[in-house]
Amino acid sequence: MKKLFTTAATLALMTGAAHAEGKLSVYHWFEYIPQELVDKFEAETGIDVTIDTYDSNESMLAALKAGKMGQYDVAVPADFMVKIMADEGMLDTFTPEEMSNHGNIAPQWMDVYFDPGRKSSIPYQWGGTSFSVNRDVYQGDISSLAIIFDPPPELQGKINVLDSQNEVLILGSLYLGIPQCTTDREQLKALNDMLLEAKQHWASFGSDTSKDVLVSGDAAAGMIYNGFSAKARAEGANVEYSYPKEGHVLWMDNMVLLKDAPNRENAIKFMNFLLVPENAAAVTNYAAYTSGVSGVEPFLDEAIKNSPENNPPADATPGVFAQACDAETQKLYDAIWTNLKK
Amino acid sequence: MAGAPLPPPAGGTGWKGLTIPLLIPAWAVVGIFMLLPVLLMVVYSFLTKEFRGGVVWDFTLAAYDQFFLNRGLFGDEPPVIEWTYISIFWRSIWQAALATLACLLVGFPTAWFIATRPAAQRTVWLFLITIPYWVNLLIRTVSLKFLIRENGPLNDSLMSLGLITDPLPLVNTNLAVQLGLFYSYLPFMVLPVYAAVERYNFALSEAAADLYAGRWTILREIVLPVVRPGIVAGCILVFVPSLGAFLAPDLLGGAKTYMIGSLIDEQFRGSQGNWPFGAAVSVVLMTMVLLVLLWQARAAARGARG
Amino acid sequence: MKGVRHYPGFLGIAVACLVVLYAPLVVVTIYSFNDSPSITTWGGFSWRWYADVFTGPEAERFGAAAWNSVTIAVLAATASTAIAVAAALAMIRGGRFRGKSATYALINLPLLVPEIVTAVATLIFFSAIGLTTGYLTILIAHITFCIPFAYLPIAARLSGIEEVYEQAARDLYATRAQAFRLVLLPLLMPGVISGYLLAFIISLDDFIITNFVKGAGMETLPTAIFGSVKQGIKPNIMAISTLMLAVSVLFVSLSYLVNRIGQKTRA
Repeated sequence: MKKLFTTAATLALMTGAAHAEGKLSVYHWFEYIPQELVDKFEAETGIDVTIDTYDSNESMLAALKAGKMGQYDVAVPADFMVKIMADEGMLDTFTPEEMSNHGNIAPQWMDVYFDPGRKSSIPYQWGGTSFSVNRDVYQGDISSLAIIFDPPPELQGKINVLDSQNEVLILGSLYLGIPQCTTDREQLKALNDMLLEAKQHWASFGSDTSKDVLVSGDAAAGMIYNGFSAKARAEGANVEYSYPKEGHVLWMDNMVLLKDAPNRENAIKFMNFLLVPENAAAVTNYAAYTSGVSGVEPFLDEAIKNSPENNPPADATPGVFAQACDAETQKLYDAIWTNLKK
Repeated sequence: MAGAPLPPPAGGTGWKGLTIPLLIPAWAVVGIFMLLPVLLMVVYSFLTKEFRGGVVWDFTLAAYDQFFLNRGLFGDEPPVIEWTYISIFWRSIWQAALATLACLLVGFPTAWFIATRPAAQRTVWLFLITIPYWVNLLIRTVSLKFLIRENGPLNDSLMSLGLITDPLPLVNTNLAVQLGLFYSYLPFMVLPVYAAVERYNFALSEAAADLYAGRWTILREIVLPVVRPGIVAGCILVFVPSLGAFLAPDLLGGAKTYMIGSLIDEQFRGSQGNWPFGAAVSVVLMTMVLLVLLWQARAAARGARG
Repeated sequence: MKGVRHYPGFLGIAVACLVVLYAPLVVVTIYSFNDSPSITTWGGFSWRWYADVFTGPEAERFGAAAWNSVTIAVLAATASTAIAVAAALAMIRGGRFRGKSATYALINLPLLVPEIVTAVATLIFFSAIGLTTGYLTILIAHITFCIPFAYLPIAARLSGIEEVYEQAARDLYATRAQAFRLVLLPLLMPGVISGYLLAFIISLDDFIITNFVKGAGMETLPTAIFGSVKQGIKPNIMAISTLMLAVSVLFVSLSYLVNRIGQKTRA
C-alpha cells in the first residue's frame, strides 16, 4: 500500500498535477481478477484501485438497490443482469471513441442483445453451463440432458444440480424442448412435473460446491460451468464435460460502467486496459473461461487454450443465453422453483 | 431455596435508582441500529414488490397472501391454505429443536465438568471450547463434511475397527444437518450453562446426599432448578440462530429443501428478488420467536416470585 | 465430600465434546500442508501455502482482513459486553419497571432477526442516514448483534447471585461502586467471560451482515475467505485458518501464564 502511495505521489509530481491520479472503485465477483493484473494497472496509471466483492449477480443488485449505488465505478454482471440493470437505469453509457481498444472486442460479442453496440459494457469472460460425469462411475453415452433429468440407474442418487433457479430451469426447458419465458400452461406444468420427478434422483443442490462434490466423489455427475469442470479435471477427477444435443446455457460476464460513477474517467481507462489482449488473456488464464477480446490466443496458457471444456466439438448444439423474462412470466418460474425446493 | 427469604435491609443493593441510566446504552444502540431497520422491514412486508429486488411504495397484503394462501401455479384457482411455507417453518423448528436438545445433552455435562475443575483450569477449558471458533464457520463445516463422507476418515476408521461393513451414508442426510448445527452452536450452550453451574452451591447437593438422595435425584430435583436460567439462556442462544441457519444445512444436507434461512435469503439475494415476501417471512418468524421468548420470561418471573 | 461434584460419564462427554470440536480442525491443519492445490486430494507435504499467505499476491489483502476481523471482534465484544453488563444490572437488580418486557424483547431483538434481513435493513438504514459504509459501519453493526450473545449468559449468572452479598457490603459502608467492583463483579466474572467469548466468536465469524455493510476495499477474514469459495477452497485458506488457530492458542497460553504468575506473586 505504501509503495503504491509513493508511486502515485511520484506520478502526481511528474505530471505536475495538484492531486494524485485518483481512485477507481470496482465492484467485482470474488476471486475473478488476478491481483497481479490490478497491480499492473495501478503501476501503469497511478490510479489507486479498491475492489469490493459480491457472490452472485442478485446479491450485487440487492446491495446496489439497498444504497450502494454511487459508490462504485464499474461492476461485472452477467448477460441477463446487464439487461436488467440497463432497464433499471443503473448503467451509464460511453462512446466507442472514448476507448482506444474498443475495436478489440470480438465481433461476435459486439452486437449482443443485452447491449447492442457495446455502449455500457465490455466483454469480460464467457463460458457455458451444462453437466459433467465421472467416467469411472458411468461409461455410457452422456450426450443428452437426460443424464441429469432422467438419469441411468448408475447415476441415480449421485447427482448434484446447481442451486441456481436460472440454470436449472433453462436446462430443464432445453431438455423438454420448450422455449424460455413461455406462458403456455401445458409447457410450464410439464416442466414443473418433470423437475419434481427428476429431483428424487438428485443428491444435492450446490453451485459453489459443484466442483468439489465431483472431485471428492460425493457426486458422480453434476451440472457445472465449463471452466469449473476443467478445474475438477485438473485436480484429478476423471470427469468429462458434456455439450448435450439439446443445447446448453451460455453466459457472459461483462464489465459495466455504473451510473453516478464517482471516477468515470478512470473507469473508462480501466475498461480500456482490460481490452488489451495481453491483459484479457491474464484474466482467462486465471479464471479458465474464455475471453471476449480478439487476439488473446498468443498469450493464453496451452492447457486453457486446448481444454476440451472450452472447445466444443464442431457439431455441438450451440448454447443459448438466459433471457430476462417480464415480471408476470417470471412469477410463474419463481413458483416452479419454490415448488421444487419446498 | 438459595437465600431468597432474607428480608432486604433498608439500603438495598443501590441499583434500583439507576435502572434508566443503565439501560440507555442498550436502548440507544439496539433501538437505533436494530429496531429502526427492523421496523423498516416490517413496513416493507406490506409494500408492493418491485420486479427483481426493491419495493414500490404501494400498500398491499400480497406478501402475506403468498405466505398463507395457495392460488395454484397460475394464481387463478380459489384460495386454499398454503402449506408450503408452514411446512418449511415446521421442518426448521424441528431441526432447531433437535439441535438444541443435542447441544443440551452434551453441553450440560461438559459445562458441569468444567465448573468442577480447580478455578485456575476453568478459564483454560472455556478457551478450549471457543478456540475452534477462530476458524471460519464455512471452513469448519467443509472440514466436517470431509470427515463424514463415504470414503472419509470416520467411515474408514469405523470399517477398519470392524464396527460397520458398509460405509454409513451421512452426507446429504438430516443426521449430517443435525451434526452441523450441533457443531456450529455448541459453545452457545456450554458457556451460559457453565456461568450458572459455576455459581452453584455444592453444599445443597451435600445436604441432599446426607438425606440419602441419589446422585441423579439431586441433579434433577436440586441442581437443575437452580441453574435453570443458564440452561434457558443456552437453549435460546442455540435454538434461535439454528432456526435461521442455512450454511450448515445447505452444505451438509444438500440444500434439497428450503429452510427458513435459505427461503429468506433467496428473496433478497437469490434470483426471486422478492423483498416484501422475504420481509413478511421474517416478520412471521420474529413474531413467533418473540412470543415464545416473552412467554418464557413471564413464566420465569412468575416462578421467581412464587 | 467430593462425590456430589462428580457424575459418571460427564468426564467422558466433556472429552468427546473436545474431540468432536477439534476433529475437523485436524483436517484443516493437515490440508494446510497439502502440496496439491485441491483440498480433497493429498499431494504430499509442503510449506508453500504458508509462503503464499505471507508473500503471495493476496498477502496484503488477507493480512488486512485478519487485522480488521480481530480488531473489530475485540472492540465489538468489549462494547457489547459493557452494554450487556449495564443492561443486566438494570433488568435483574432494578426491580419492576414499566416497559421491562419490551426492554427484554429489545435486547434480544438482534438475535431474532434473520441475518440477511439485518444485513439488508441495516444497509438501507445506513445509506438513509448518510453513513458511508466502512470500518465504522461494520463495527456498529457488530456491536449491535453481539449484545444478546453477551447479555444472556451475564443475566443468567446475575440472576443466580443473591442480593445479600452486595447488601452486606453496602451495610458495611461500601459505596455502590465499591460494592460492584469488589463484590459483585468478581462473582459475575464467569458470566462476563462467557458473554465476552460468545460475542467475540460471533463477531469474528460473521459473513452475511458484514458483506453488506462493508465498504469498497474493506474486507474481514470471513468475506475474504468466502471469496475463495467461488473457485473452490484452496489450501492457502487452510493455512490462514491454521495460523488463526495458532494465534488463538498463543493468546490463551499467554493469558494462562500471566494468570499463574499473578497468582504466585500474590500468594
